[in-house]
Amino acid sequence: MTLSPRQGTLVIVLTFCVALLLAILPLPDWAQMLRPQWYTLVLIYWVLALPHRVGVAVGWLTGILVDVLMGTLLGQHALSLALVAYIVFEMHLRIRLFPLWQQSLTILVLLLLEKLVSLWVIGAVGQPTPPLTYWAPPLVGMLLWPWIYIVLRDLRRKFQVS
Amino acid sequence: MIVDHRQHHLETVRSVLSTVIYPLQYVANMPLSIGHWASETFASRTRLQNENRSLRKENLLLQGRQQKLASLEAENMRLRDLLDSSFKIGDRVLIAELIAVDMDPYRQQVLLNKGSSSGIYKGQPVLNANAVMGQVIHVNRFTSSVLMITDASHALPIQVNRNGLRTVAIGTGRINELELPNLPNNADIEVGDLLVTSGLGGRFPSGYPVAIVTSIVREPGEPFANIKAQPNAHLDRAREALLVWTLTPPEQNDPPTAEASEPEKQAEPTAEPTPRDAP
Repeated sequence: MTLSPRQGTLVIVLTFCVALLLAILPLPDWAQMLRPQWYTLVLIYWVLALPHRVGVAVGWLTGILVDVLMGTLLGQHALSLALVAYIVFEMHLRIRLFPLWQQSLTILVLLLLEKLVSLWVIGAVGQPTPPLTYWAPPLVGMLLWPWIYIVLRDLRRKFQVS
Repeated sequence: MIVDHRQHHLETVRSVLSTVIYPLQYVANMPLSIGHWASETFASRTRLQNENRSLRKENLLLQGRQQKLASLEAENMRLRDLLDSSFKIGDRVLIAELIAVDMDPYRQQVLLNKGSSSGIYKGQPVLNANAVMGQVIHVNRFTSSVLMITDASHALPIQVNRNGLRTVAIGTGRINELELPNLPNNADIEVGDLLVTSGLGGRFPSGYPVAIVTSIVREPGEPFANIKAQPNAHLDRAREALLVWTLTPPEQNDPPTAEASEPEKQAEPTAEPTPRDAP
């Protein structure tokens, strides 16, 4: 368990990097609207698995990076990701016990919450309301959750991140 | 935090952070740039020859037009001198390439591969081969993000090229549509009119083409006509953009007489890597 804490950090940082990369990778127009919130999914997984290492602060930091990458208002994603991280942190013991499909539903709610907070920020600064496809990514994220969960869990076990 | 950003105190934080994550953007851009490189390297000889031929033809045409332009410009200068009005001095441009990364899908933004190290400043106008594209909103060390004229938060002072009617073109959030909401029902505007920048906002140089009017709906009960226009710049297909320095930018308060003395030297746009103050 106390193998090498630095290696574990590297794995966590790398998964976040991959998630951010997936978030800006150019996609065709139709797929752009369906792009899941990779960074949120990865964040939820790490908070769920290692709540003592990854928490609200990491969520906030990731959000700031996402804001810079996306060109959105600085703090828009940071606020919503910090909120999601906090909720997962509070509920991690319960969510861990759920079967995978039930977890997916919980994740759906969390992803929708992130989008909702972003929408509030968008509305507060007077940008136009996005169309209905704005709500599609959480659904895709929900369908992807079991795979992300399994892949990240295997990664975590292989590198013994704790 | 958000309020702070609205007052633009966090601009430096943003530019530092984006320098940090520049590698990510670079990697995301890599597949496309490799594709371009490969298609250039393995292009067939006949295709290259064809391209070369058509480019040479186009070059000849453009040079022919340029000759006329020089004399027209001189004439324009003379007439302006007679009218005792201010000189309109040429612009300097720098070519930048778009970085292929997706940003927020509900805003019309693109990323360019030139940043403050090339002398780009915030609010700088960005053109395309055809028309106005947008303006720079964030400048980082190696990149800069550009807000397109079709973004819903962008407004551009324009005039109708045919009769000089001034108005404002507002983005709709759709990549191929602009809106002209402030023209009354009896305004003299027709479908097919070319809209050019009027230069009144102080950001964009005047006289660059922007869009073509595509539809006008005049509702008798409404005070304003419902006018739509299509941008001339192929905003969704462009790979390159031109960054423009007007030679008297608002930040540099040079005395106007200094550059009026040698206007001929500045008349031709030159492409240099660093901005140069007006002589």
